[in-house]
Amino acid sequence: MSLHLQNIDHIVNGVPHISGIDLALEPGSFNVLLGRTLAGKTTLMRLMAGLEPPTRGKVMMDGKDVTNVSVRKRNVSMVYQQFINYPSLTVYDNIASPLKLAKQPKSEIDKRVGEIAEMLHIEQLLNRYPQELSGGQQQRTAMGRALVKDADLILFDEPLVNLDYKLREELRDELRELFKARNCIAVYATTEPNEALALGGNTAVLHEGRLLQYGPTEQVYREPNGRFSAEMFSEPPINIVPGQLTDTEITFDQTLHFPCDDKLKRLEPGDYDFGVRASHLTLQPQQADDLALDVHVDVAEISGSETFLHVHHERFPLVLHLAGIHQFSINQPLKVYFPTHQLYAFDKQGHTVHIPVRQGGAAHG
Amino acid sequence: MNNKVPNNRAWLLVLPMLVLVAFSAIIPLMTVVNYSVQDVLGPNARFFTGTEWFQSMLNDDALQAAFLRQISFSLIILAIQIPLGIGIALIMPKRGWQASAVLILITLPLLIPWNVVGSIWQIFTRGDIGLMGWGLRELGINYNITRNAGDAWATIILMDVWHWTPLVAMLCYSGLRSIPEAYYQAARIDRASKWAIFRYIQLPKLTNVLVIAVLLRFMHSFMIYAEPFVLTGGGPGSATTFLSQSLTTMAVGQQDLGPSAAFSLIYFLVILLVSWVFYTTIMNMQKDKPPHGGA
Repeated sequence: MSLHLQNIDHIVNGVPHISGIDLALEPGSFNVLLGRTLAGKTTLMRLMAGLEPPTRGKVMMDGKDVTNVSVRKRNVSMVYQQFINYPSLTVYDNIASPLKLAKQPKSEIDKRVGEIAEMLHIEQLLNRYPQELSGGQQQRTAMGRALVKDADLILFDEPLVNLDYKLREELRDELRELFKARNCIAVYATTEPNEALALGGNTAVLHEGRLLQYGPTEQVYREPNGRFSAEMFSEPPINIVPGQLTDTEITFDQTLHFPCDDKLKRLEPGDYDFGVRASHLTLQPQQADDLALDVHVDVAEISGSETFLHVHHERFPLVLHLAGIHQFSINQPLKVYFPTHQLYAFDKQGHTVHIPVRQGGAAHG
Repeated sequence: MNNKVPNNRAWLLVLPMLVLVAFSAIIPLMTVVNYSVQDVLGPNARFFTGTEWFQSMLNDDALQAAFLRQISFSLIILAIQIPLGIGIALIMPKRGWQASAVLILITLPLLIPWNVVGSIWQIFTRGDIGLMGWGLRELGINYNITRNAGDAWATIILMDVWHWTPLVAMLCYSGLRSIPEAYYQAARIDRASKWAIFRYIQLPKLTNVLVIAVLLRFMHSFMIYAEPFVLTGGGPGSATTFLSQSLTTMAVGQQDLGPSAAFSLIYFLVILLVSWVFYTTIMNMQKDKPPHGGA
């Protein structure tokens, strides 16, 4: 089945929640909706499911207009951020409930529930009640209910947010496996760029109810079509430094001059916003022409086995993404090396005008 | 410094509460226990009677009849108020000014004092000036709560339903509001019927508030006094004489302190026992549901 949202607007009490979204999802595709809180991810999913009709625009399934078809008549399933199961039914009955409502024969139900439970590793919990399970097991049960009925469209609304870190990684990997053999459209909403990268497939970047970019996840990550898209899709966010471009050099903050990359020379001279990924900034020079900046430490954030180092230059702040755990003291002076070959350039309207050439293996993360 | 000082301070902090409970519950209760095992003839004339009062109370025909009436009354009003309360909660508006308006309207009966409720209904049911009494008479129905026991019973039940169903409705309403919207969405996506939503989502999620509602309504109704006393005075005959009224007649009217003390204790223990049995049964039911034979 294919799903096509055509110029969707959704307005609630005069406030636009979704503005002019046009999005076509291919059969069998895995799609990530990436955006911050209130970007419109949940609203968009509700519109896809048919839980409510859009204010304007059409929803097409397989070329048929289903805009006003109720969710009860569509073949969709959804997994929520909260763990939603029938509290008075066992895990078995919970997973079986969509099949029972579809009046499937008992033997078929037994077989399907068994298969799904095995896939989700909850086969030993079938006789338990949801409140007797851990969060991860409850969410597996909810996923079982969503997966058991061969829906045309499966929606995941930040399903792993309420789970601990280890469990999230585990479930995320399994989820990708589960969808490999299926022909349905999966849509997965998340606020986390890293989760989108781990899931792969396609990514749609949403911001304030608008679709910024849609395409294969890696491509969207490497080639953001604008400043917002680049900022949404990086954690920590990409560093943006305003500067001037002349025929031969780039100037930051009126005082920092450095020769510009050949590829940048084809751009019109003028004011641009330059972007450099936090992971490309280093404490040791990587290349001879790296720009050395004198900065002071603001704060070092430890995240897992990585350190996000926030520093400030005289006029602009920067954030570095360093592997390993490092200790810094506040206001400690540092030299930071700025890779001048890996600059993104955005024009003043926020469109991408230059994407750096990938350097073998270093571009990711 | 050793550990004893903070320990002693803790006792000191508990003391005001102990004194308060002693005066509010323990001393009055022990006074009743004291009376229940003695025959007090005067300030200095008393003798120990043991369980005599208890035995005579348990074998008293009038009290047994009142007890049966009391049980029937409680069961009937529970059977009406619990389903009705759930029903009202289900159809109440969920948000906006309508929700507030309905909540206020529904709560009004709860704010009226018991004996005022009795008076309101006493006037309401009068054949000459009461709207209901006069209306029914005009319709040709021979309605008279002072002569017809059936009419008296029906009116008391109606009165209690009017007065107390709002409590059940409000408890259920708060229970329903605490169910996340995602449950209803999920049910719609599952194509579950309205009945299935009620049976498998709303009712299980309401269990806890319903236990509280049943307990409160049972205890309340089992102790009912002012409303029927004002409305029917326990009549016609003794058709609507419930336990509290029998007790009042005995203790205040006839000054039979020993028997009424024994009776009070039995009364108290019955309420305690029924509530405890009900509560533990429900909690056990929730704990070990029969395992499903699926898969």
